[in-house]
Amino acid sequence: MKRSSVLLLLAGAVLIAAGVLREEHVTVLHKGVNLCLECVGIG
Amino acid sequence: MAREKRSGGRWKIQLLATLACNPFLSNFFKGKLYRGPLKGVCVPGLNCYSCPAAAASCPIGSLQAVVGAPQYQVSYYVVGILIFLGALLGRGICGFLCPFGWFQELLHKLPTRKYSTRRLHGLTYLKYGVLVVFVILLPMTVVNEVGLGDPFFCKYLCPAGILEGGLPLSLANESIRASLGTLFTWKSCLLVGVVVLAVFFYRPFCKWLCPLGAFYALFNKHALCRLSVDQDRCTACGACSRACGMDVDVFRSPNHTECIRCGDCIRACPHQAIRRTPDLRATHKKELSR
Ligand code: SF4
Ligand code: SF4
Repeated sequence: MKRSSVLLLLAGAVLIAAGVLREEHVTVLHKGVNLCLECVGIG
Repeated sequence: MAREKRSGGRWKIQLLATLACNPFLSNFFKGKLYRGPLKGVCVPGLNCYSCPAAAASCPIGSLQAVVGAPQYQVSYYVVGILIFLGALLGRGICGFLCPFGWFQELLHKLPTRKYSTRRLHGLTYLKYGVLVVFVILLPMTVVNEVGLGDPFFCKYLCPAGILEGGLPLSLANESIRASLGTLFTWKSCLLVGVVVLAVFFYRPFCKWLCPLGAFYALFNKHALCRLSVDQDRCTACGACSRACGMDVDVFRSPNHTECIRCGDCIRACPHQAIRRTPDLRATHKKELSR
């Protein structure tokens, strides 16, 4: 297995954990459950 | 059967991935969104969270939402998810798991004359600009009075939002239909442009504009799933490069940033010189022969 892939996988996992600790996933959830006016072209 | 052999049955995985990202099909008729906890995670491909059937969130929309939020400005969570997926599969995500990539491939199957994009190679760098400017810099820096940034890519450039969210919701929901204006017209024109281009060129949005493809492209050389060329078998005949819809010179650079791991080159090589690493089939065969 390539060393750079393993390091990147680890870095990704650490960043996800750090983001969850900062509760970023809650912002993602709120954005996802409400209609995004920009996405659908209302503005 | 010949067609299935040429695509290696990849369409079955693309279909499954599209359904897995969008399982709530009845919401199309109700004109409403799924609002459960799965929306706190991101899917690997470009799939709008304002699609009524969507089960989880779009990574590019989520990234803009977090960097545009005054309490964060950078997103460890979404970037972490993208790095993890990129290190695992690179742009294999584009080739197998992205609904919008598959949509363009289906359009390209329409029986018309097809045109090469090799001479337009310079345009492939545009998508990195879209990633940096529209997904990161503008949402982070252009903010309103409470410090919130607009999702500039979603708002002005994303054709997936209008295809999966804007169009079905406006058909099913009268109040949404009543609120549509210039922005909807602009984004619809953009979608029509992408659709027409995709009929004649292979995956134009993926090649030139997609910020998610740009992000994963950075990981192609380091991803666990890669291609390798056996130099003892390769005669440099170029059959692989001619078969590649993404304009990769496969025998020279098998892990080029544009490669979406579709495997067309593997099937086109008359000397079986290209293979995937890790080669799951070889491992499986070895285990069986033990
Ligand atoms: S480039 Fe973008 S739209 Fe195309 S397959 Fe990849 S993520 Fe999907
Ligand atoms: S290099 Fe091969 S696997 Fe990659 S996009 Fe081209 S044909 Fe597909």
